[in-house]
Amino acid sequence: MSKSLKLYGGSALAITIMLVGAANFADRNITDMPERAAKLTALPAPIPQPEAPVVVAEAPAAAEVAAPAADAGSGLLVAAAVADEAATGMRFGLGREAMAEEIAAWDVDVRPDGTGLPEGSGNAWDGEALFEENCAVCHGSFAEGVDNWPALAGGFGTLADKDPVKTVGSYWPYVSTVWDYVHRSMPFGNAQSLSDDDVYAIVAYILYSNDLIEDDFELSRDTILDVEMPNAEGFIVDDRAETEYTIWRTEPCMENCKDSVEITMRATVLDVTPEEDGADDAAGHSDAMAPAAETEAEAETVVAAVAADTDAQADAVVETVSAAIDPALVAEGEKVFRKCKACHQVGEGAKNRSGPHLNGVVGRTIGSVDGFKYSGAMADKGGIWDAETLAAFLADPRGSVKGTKMAFAGLKSDADIAAVTAYLASFDE
Amino acid sequence: MSRRKGPSRRQFLTSAAALGATATAAKAAGPDPLITETQDWAMGLGDGVDATPYGLPIEYESDVVRRNVEWLTADTISSINFTPIHALDGTITPQGCAFERHHSGAIEMRKQDYRLMINGLVDRPLIFSYEDLERFPRENHVYFCECAANTGMEWAGAQLNGAQFTHGMIHNMEYTGVPLRTILAEAGLDAAGDFKDKWVYVEGADASSNGRSIPMEKAMDDVLVAFKANGEALRKEHGYPVRLVVPGWEGNMWVKWLRRVEVMDGPVESREETSKYTDVLADGVARKWTWVMDAKSVVTSPSPQAPITHGPGPVVITGLAWTGHGKITRVDVSKDGGKTWETARLAREGEDKALTRFYLDTVWDGEDWLLQSRAMDETGYVQPTKAQLRDVRGENSIYHNNCIQTWHVKPNGEAENVEVS
Repeated sequence: MSKSLKLYGGSALAITIMLVGAANFADRNITDMPERAAKLTALPAPIPQPEAPVVVAEAPAAAEVAAPAADAGSGLLVAAAVADEAATGMRFGLGREAMAEEIAAWDVDVRPDGTGLPEGSGNAWDGEALFEENCAVCHGSFAEGVDNWPALAGGFGTLADKDPVKTVGSYWPYVSTVWDYVHRSMPFGNAQSLSDDDVYAIVAYILYSNDLIEDDFELSRDTILDVEMPNAEGFIVDDRAETEYTIWRTEPCMENCKDSVEITMRATVLDVTPEEDGADDAAGHSDAMAPAAETEAEAETVVAAVAADTDAQADAVVETVSAAIDPALVAEGEKVFRKCKACHQVGEGAKNRSGPHLNGVVGRTIGSVDGFKYSGAMADKGGIWDAETLAAFLADPRGSVKGTKMAFAGLKSDADIAAVTAYLASFDE
Repeated sequence: MSRRKGPSRRQFLTSAAALGATATAAKAAGPDPLITETQDWAMGLGDGVDATPYGLPIEYESDVVRRNVEWLTADTISSINFTPIHALDGTITPQGCAFERHHSGAIEMRKQDYRLMINGLVDRPLIFSYEDLERFPRENHVYFCECAANTGMEWAGAQLNGAQFTHGMIHNMEYTGVPLRTILAEAGLDAAGDFKDKWVYVEGADASSNGRSIPMEKAMDDVLVAFKANGEALRKEHGYPVRLVVPGWEGNMWVKWLRRVEVMDGPVESREETSKYTDVLADGVARKWTWVMDAKSVVTSPSPQAPITHGPGPVVITGLAWTGHGKITRVDVSKDGGKTWETARLAREGEDKALTRFYLDTVWDGEDWLLQSRAMDETGYVQPTKAQLRDVRGENSIYHNNCIQTWHVKPNGEAENVEVS
């Protein structure tokens, strides 16, 4: 179809729509015409001939009705303009051309056939250490999952069970999805920090944990389709229209619909509903929200606020640490703390999660947070968390406290340890 | 930080009984001191107009808030909370108590840092600023947004005791935004060719990079790129400054902090549309692309968190109904667990893919009620019972549980989430 034909067709259609739209407007007093016009005219295929006369046939009457209404008239102009632009490919002229570098930076999605995968490769050997360092804290060293965090391995043959275990191995249909997700969204709290090779290696380790590849299998865009996913054929497209709608589109019963009704289950027996005294939290929450202006203004004040806190609380902090505190270090530590955030909270309202809250941890007796279930090893360790004990623990958690529940590989750099310690020292109880 | 202790449900019931007694006593014993004695508020002065530049609900309503269920998720950052639907009326959900679902937390992005990229099978890939979006012709529409997992904890049995928790993953707001088709047309769709097998992939700017594939037909129909809700800017927890609105379809597709729309010749099969938001059937096979939210309703009061506190006599049974297929046409209410039904009054005619409020103005004799509601939509679809759903799907689907809900209202006015035969 030539450009000029298209132009012509577009304006003809715009007129038609203008007239129908006028009826619409007069009838309902709602100017939804532009959207309709744009919708119809944006279709690239020519509008089939038989439809046009039907629409036109209604038009004269519609025009008569609409003509006296002054408001409708101005509505028409806008509508016609919008319709015309959409139809002819003319634009509002808004936005600017996206540059290739920009598209490359954001368009990183990967599709089931591997489209979008970059160069690079990795295997499970390399992946094991990376997984331990970046993923095991939530997903477990063997991808078995910690607490409520997702298990990534196992669960084969459970999909028809009462509680299916849906892992990468047992459920995910495509390897591409794992790569895409790890690359864009993981690790939790430090997303988009992994190199492409690291992503290949971590994905290889996850596949290996599911016995889907050998440990020396080199995962790359050339080999990704060689991996067979056990549940690849386990999905059907939504079939509710056939299996449900046909049955449930019916005239409902109004009387004598059942002989008897018995209560078969009660929610209070389970007792899993949160207590209403959460309203307690609510009141606290609204207090916190009250100075709305403050929230608005806090754009770049995080560092400043932490520093101010630090000044006010310096006395409360163990001397050895407070001596080392400087705002830049605290800010650096806040970044390092992203690795910890999945399990630990710190700051106002911090609660125990997978790990204990860390308010006042510097100077606190080890294993002493109320309501947190420590490992035996941590509960028995004794002593105080100070710069020295924290440094030893953070460098090698499971080496320094054998049996700790903290499935974190440790911080490799002394600078990171010093920074995160300074950051933690900026929060008191 | 000052903390106001809210009443527990049990305390509330106890005090409600006492209040009832007081009210009765007042009637018998003499004039009401709230009337006969001059109250503080009738003598002194209230707050000035500069006290609350942006108002919050009065402290007496501080229990009407979003709540979360801690055991549901590993942490509160990749988690969900629930709209207090038991305490709201009408249909519009105030933003401040409209449920939140994040995968990497609610981020803070300034409007001036916002960019929207349109790329893929378009004639010219484009970048829009926030300001650009406000220069396109825009529209207003009220739509419900329901998480596909709403009522998902109830598949295997009655579990959570409150409409907020069983049905609160829903909100209903008036959105202001630009139709996605307008923005796509700006980038030009000749390159896309026939729309029939085309998709758009939509993606958020937060760390979760939540992304979903949407068929072109829907993208060109009623999808909105929205920047206002209920008249004001979106809240950060709802995707400030820009989110996608995908009317009638599961909430996960309503991508927040929308940063990119790519026209494609197939779906991405992202994590959210394969490993999550797919519905496992009894035989282990899973349905995918179950986007539409089917017709559903729930009685919001009386309900476990909104018991009857006034004793026998006139009572208003009320609730919400909605359907992703269009308009609600009718809601029936049963007081006897589904043996007999009476048709409720719709506060307003059903609106397209928006919440509909229903009322049954009735009298309670203090007897046991097994309260249910049943929605019907313009396609003739009738909301199914849990048994009907289980017959087709089993108990492991997690998502898309639109079953009829039962509350057992007891002679003391308390209500409980139950399942009935």
